[in-house]
Amino acid sequence: MTEERSRRKTGARTAPARVSAIGVIGVIGELFITAGVLVFLFLGWQLWLNDLVVGADQNRVGVALARNWDAGTPTHAHVTPAVAPDYGPPAVAEPPKNAVKFAVMYVPRFGSDYARSISEGVGTTDVLDKNGIGHYPGTQMPGAVGNFAVAAHRTTHGAPFKQLATLTVGDKIYVQTQDGYYTYDFRGLEYVRPTAVDVLDPVPRAPGATPTERVLTMTSCNPMFSAAERIIAYSVLESWQPTSAGPPPAILATVSAKG
Amino acid sequence: MYAALWRLMPGPLWLRVVLMVALFAAILAGLVLVVFPWLNTFVNVNDVTVNQ
Repeated sequence: MTEERSRRKTGARTAPARVSAIGVIGVIGELFITAGVLVFLFLGWQLWLNDLVVGADQNRVGVALARNWDAGTPTHAHVTPAVAPDYGPPAVAEPPKNAVKFAVMYVPRFGSDYARSISEGVGTTDVLDKNGIGHYPGTQMPGAVGNFAVAAHRTTHGAPFKQLATLTVGDKIYVQTQDGYYTYDFRGLEYVRPTAVDVLDPVPRAPGATPTERVLTMTSCNPMFSAAERIIAYSVLESWQPTSAGPPPAILATVSAKG
Repeated sequence: MYAALWRLMPGPLWLRVVLMVALFAAILAGLVLVVFPWLNTFVNVNDVTVNQ
């Protein structure tokens, strides 16, 4: 205030020019600050808020899909028999059309509410950004001898595989389809170059080998927030049970959650 | 800029505060609901598939 008053006294001619120059610089400064705030808002939205919203959405879609399949089957008070009944070889479905959701994945390690749908195809805009997990076309279906390979985001768009690196040997990964529940046993992680398509082979990384095991391969980006490498998670089918047998006890609460 | 915006607001102090808060909330909603999702389609730093 005193500065302005003294300026008015000393020179009436230069004062307006200096004031407007300060005003212009002030506006430019405010624009820069606003731009910075907007960038941080966008990052916060993209890397945190939107993941929470889209992730919760994807879980709801997964549970709704599962409900559709096991409607009418008892999902409560499931008694585990002393000897696991033999349901024979796992049912193997035909691959659906592109972007059609055909399975739900449950990973207790990723959270008790984790239930994400798996769609056919690995297109960025039509499957990975929109639906979540995508199945590599041409690789085997759940339960088939060979390689059931899927991909999903590790950051942004709901980030279904955000916690892929937290899997530990022996963790169970459950895949539900219209036919039943496939329990996969996590074996290990691998870090490869983006061009390492042999991780999708019927026997991963062994082109031409005859498969005997039923493998689940999950791929995502590595390191997080980058596309320089790929993180690969391998699991092997441990057991299978038809829809009529009800969900495995470990995912009972997730499956019967309100969708 | 923001000072000019403040001067543009009509009415007593409480009304100006309410209007400013409403204005910024509206801008934030527009960003989160329209601008950010649109911007996100151009940001693809996370390729997750293996291919040749």
